[in-house]
Amino acid sequence: MNMKSLSYKRLSFGVVIVFVALVISSCSSEKKKKDAEEQVTIESLEINEKLIQDVKTVKEIFYSLPSPLETAMILKQAGAVYNEELLNPTDNVTNYVTNKKMALNLGVYTTDLSYASLFDQTQATINYMSAAKKMADGLGILGAIDENVIERLEANINNRDVIMDIISETIMSSSSFFEENDRQAMSTIVLVGGWIEGLHIAVSLAGENVDFDNNELIKRIIDQKLTLTTVISLLEDNVGNEDVDDILASIKELKGIFDKIQISSTEIKSVTDNVTNVTTLKSKTKVEMDLSTYTELKEKIKLMRNSFTL
Amino acid sequence: MKKVYQILIVLAMAILIPFYGNAQCKSFAKKVCKLELAPYIHDGNFNAAILTEGEDAELYKTFYAGQNYRIYICGSDALPEIEFQVLDVDRNVLYDNRKENYSRIWDFTLESSQQLIISLRVKNSEDESEELISGCVAIMFGIKEDN
Repeated sequence: MNMKSLSYKRLSFGVVIVFVALVISSCSSEKKKKDAEEQVTIESLEINEKLIQDVKTVKEIFYSLPSPLETAMILKQAGAVYNEELLNPTDNVTNYVTNKKMALNLGVYTTDLSYASLFDQTQATINYMSAAKKMADGLGILGAIDENVIERLEANINNRDVIMDIISETIMSSSSFFEENDRQAMSTIVLVGGWIEGLHIAVSLAGENVDFDNNELIKRIIDQKLTLTTVISLLEDNVGNEDVDDILASIKELKGIFDKIQISSTEIKSVTDNVTNVTTLKSKTKVEMDLSTYTELKEKIKLMRNSFTL
Repeated sequence: MKKVYQILIVLAMAILIPFYGNAQCKSFAKKVCKLELAPYIHDGNFNAAILTEGEDAELYKTFYAGQNYRIYICGSDALPEIEFQVLDVDRNVLYDNRKENYSRIWDFTLESSQQLIISLRVKNSEDESEELISGCVAIMFGIKEDN
């Protein structure tokens, strides 16, 4: 075998690898071309079929937490008012130097950003987008929040639909960046940061004397018992990552408190409005929680939020 | 030598496919899928994967009382129909798109917050081609403020 033919085979092999990968992952279903590469393609067919067999047995499981945008919308819908003093000051950005702190506070600031924008707080919206950008830059999330995003935000500051769209795009760019770069642990930490910030805002706004049956904010806080199982599943998917392990330990303590709350629900009935084509899932939920559990819950949330932001 | 080549091909595919597929999925979700959510606002979460015909996926999420939601199952055009169901935690079926001509959109609201399961399956193609079809599938959530 001379050098020329060896190089040719190496080149062909490289081309075939890329070709096979592209064919398998392509969104289209083009037939295999009968060209010079057919021989090697046929050789790899056995493996492809085995791989595809394996893929067919795989079941993708997703756990989805409320995004910072959804959290803010839940708060507003439950009757929250705007109180900037509850938010994490943007001056704190310089305090966050580790990946864990930056990821947690990317979540925190994105929730604060969403909350401010839903209440049409234009200057706060710009400030919190800038704070989120600093966290994203620190984490190396290229292009998630660039100068263009800030400029678009400023140019559309009185157009809430566009602002919501920019925030939504920012969240998706960050989470998909982590996904693409095999940094799911960071993506989970961002979501946990945003989730705890939402809880912090909710318990702070709910006040001291609470009516468990009629206070919508308290109801949404209690509902987080349902989300907690998803939080734990997501974190457990990344066990072994030191930062995740720390947060998981704290979240399990939070679960210990939520476990004292009893939630029971009647069977869910689907009723569809034929005019709007919107379905209502009808069910009644009964909650049992005593005041000491709620106080314990508030204290734990405060501790966790402080450990994230201070 | 043939075995070495085969192992290398498998390894190369394992490395290349996720990057190529994920990047393609992100672009697809952003450019195509988001548009279908209007007038609902995309919540920003990214739940997408490359699925092959016959393959299924599940997503677990809590939905909150009083919120207006749109679920949109977005798949590449090349894929066969996608079946999707919404189940409660006891796996009772609350919605089944097979009864709605494989609609990929479902709008709903809830009287009380619930954890639900979105279960989907890419149907097997009726085309008798020996090649299995793969494509990006994204599960998108839209939310809407009360008017």
